Amino acid sequence: MHFDQKETANLITRMSGTDPKKCMKCGKCSASCPSFDEMEYHPHQFVSMVVKGDVERLLASKSITKCLTCFACVQRCPRGVEPANIIEAVRVTTLRQQGTCYLSPDDVPAIVDDQIPQQALVSAFRKYRK
Amino acid sequence: MQRIGVFVCWCGSNIAATVDVDRVVAEAKVQPNVVFAQDYQYMCSEAGQGIIRNAIAEHKLTGVVVCSCSPRMHENTFRKAAERAGLNPYMVEIANIREHCSWIHKDKEEGTEKACVLMRAAVAKVLLNAPLKAGESKVTKRALVIGGGIAGIQTALDIADAGFEVDIVEKRATIGGRMAQLDKTFPTLDCSACILTPKMVEAAANEKVKLYTYSEVESVGGFVGNFHVKIRKKARFVKEDICTGCGACMAKCPSKKGLNEFNMNLNNRPAIYIPFAQAIPNVAVIDPEQCIKLKTGKCGLCEKVCTAGAIDYKQQDEIIEEEYGAIVMATGFQPIDASKFDEYSYSTCPDVVTSLELERLMNAAGPTGGVLLKPSDKTHPKSITFIQCVGSRDVSGRGKCYCSKICCMYTAKHAMLIRDKYPDVEVHVFYIDVRTPGKNFDEFYRRAVEQYDVDYIKGQVGKVYEEDGHLVVQGVDLIANEQIILNTDMVVLATAIEPDPTARKVASMLTASIDTNDFITEAHPKLRPVESPTAGIFLSGVCQGPKDIPETVSQAGAAAAKVIGLLAKDKLLTNPCVSHSNELLCNGCSCCEKVCPYGAIGYEDKLINDHGVRETRRVCVVNEALCQGCGACTVVCPSGAMDLKGFSNKQIMAEVDAICR
Repeated sequence: MHFDQKETANLITRMSGTDPKKCMKCGKCSASCPSFDEMEYHPHQFVSMVVKGDVERLLASKSITKCLTCFACVQRCPRGVEPANIIEAVRVTTLRQQGTCYLSPDDVPAIVDDQIPQQALVSAFRKYRK
Repeated sequence: MQRIGVFVCWCGSNIAATVDVDRVVAEAKVQPNVVFAQDYQYMCSEAGQGIIRNAIAEHKLTGVVVCSCSPRMHENTFRKAAERAGLNPYMVEIANIREHCSWIHKDKEEGTEKACVLMRAAVAKVLLNAPLKAGESKVTKRALVIGGGIAGIQTALDIADAGFEVDIVEKRATIGGRMAQLDKTFPTLDCSACILTPKMVEAAANEKVKLYTYSEVESVGGFVGNFHVKIRKKARFVKEDICTGCGACMAKCPSKKGLNEFNMNLNNRPAIYIPFAQAIPNVAVIDPEQCIKLKTGKCGLCEKVCTAGAIDYKQQDEIIEEEYGAIVMATGFQPIDASKFDEYSYSTCPDVVTSLELERLMNAAGPTGGVLLKPSDKTHPKSITFIQCVGSRDVSGRGKCYCSKICCMYTAKHAMLIRDKYPDVEVHVFYIDVRTPGKNFDEFYRRAVEQYDVDYIKGQVGKVYEEDGHLVVQGVDLIANEQIILNTDMVVLATAIEPDPTARKVASMLTASIDTNDFITEAHPKLRPVESPTAGIFLSGVCQGPKDIPETVSQAGAAAAKVIGLLAKDKLLTNPCVSHSNELLCNGCSCCEKVCPYGAIGYEDKLINDHGVRETRRVCVVNEALCQGCGACTVVCPSGAMDLKGFSNKQIMAEVDAICR
């Protein structure tokens, strides 16, 4: 299948629900990140690489799984860019590109206990099922 | 018969790119009574005005319509051009086909159609125009400056220098403002107090300058040349003319818990105090929240020790009424509240301070006598970390969207001063951009890096926390692409600045417009930067936008020049577009009087001849000197007796008809 970096970057931007062009390159996201040293590409790089359309490397990187989704970057970003949501959008893109349904309804009863909020199931299916 | 000329301006490509000017001209030529129509590239230029003047003479025009930019921009220009050709200036109408048309449309077809409609409406209106003559009003040759910081002081001194009286109203107990709190000034590192205090003394000594300190503007009425202002002189509980400023009361006062505002609340002061040693006036003031005598009736120690007998516990606020010709806003700024930024631990760690607090901690007259000590344990810090852009360029809702402009330079100053005085202290600066536009500014910043070895790190700080008795800064170095964990002794936050909270209140009293950040709006951002759109109101200093001291002083001088230009006039031409009443229709109901914001409407008993019936009736009379032509009376009048010259009900109906045609 044809892979267009720019188009994918646009898709990631749309999925993230934020505007990475608002970034003023202050790096406060990376300064706040508890997983910084685990990541090959850091939060501020995710933002600038998505703006540039340079996403192929991000999709292939292990960094996407290192983000803890702690939202420190989202809370502290002075420009309202929400880097964690951009990283999440990259992560979801890789899953969707694999072309498989990651989550089957058949698996649900086995993994659900009363601790899991219903909302988590809803978002899990939104993300991981094509 | 009326003979109308229509002139269509291209405004370069501003109008011509979105409006087919040839079609507007062609359409104009077929309008009733239009005898001449022409377009030109720049109608406001001398050549363009020449076209208008020649056409008036050649075609014996009785009215002119100019299709161009907003009348706020060039109505006066075109009125003057018409006057030079012998036409009454009020026979000129502007059709705004730029701001109201070309600038807001993309489609040329739509734009052209709308421009034609606006032109038609203006032609319909001008046919009903009547020649008007401007009246005159007097000018009170005294100015009011609101705010006694460096902006207000400089403006007042410059106005006084031209020979006009000027009053300064300052809400605090002393003039001097923010500059009085600063230690040194960039880019020359000269002592702030040494250059400011002589100016404060000059203001106090100048016989043309009157200071109302510890006072606030209560209300403002009137209009340009004739403002009527009420000033509330708050009770000091000390007689200003008797107090010698000896300070004996301060030494004896048993209540010493008041926070010292001048030192950014870093230490305490007595309930009776003089804000700082060089205060002008050098007069004590009692803080009623802290004074034991005022709160409980017992104590009175200050009264006993005051040999001059200046203490007066019964003093009341006093209202002073004054007339002014011009008013200057110089209300200044304050740093934003840094405690909104939890991640920097400002509220929890005493060694995290703001830049203005650091000024006081380094000032010889400050709480530590100029020795830089950690606020927590009063020991000498070994490492200081500066964080830039705290709340500036911040659209997250916690800060301000703008660049505060002064922080890059004052941080370079702080870093340099610390490295100079304490070479053993290492200094780190986390920055996003270093912005140094200004004479000798970049050279100044480079000195900090190259001569003083200040460590500038490109990147922001994520969080500051306390651990084992020291501070830890977690930041990022974007050049090295590394996260940094730094142990440090003090953190200095370069907090954004915002307009003083009184600016909004004062601006509404003056009917001066403000922007979304509460900065006062200029009449024109490039061509009239020190005037408010409200006539007679001028702007000085940070109330208009962030600026440093040299810029503030320049702007203060510019505002003074504008005030002097106004006060030098003996008479001002008034707007002849004022309201008037038709005495035959007026039933004396008083509706118009109630809605008039200028107090321009009164009533008289007059002998009226109503179609042969003579009777005495109570009818409305408009004071044309006070009327500002707002039109409120014309819409409220139940009998249709009130009408506005130049904007009559008939004219407005004619415009509507022309638009709907």
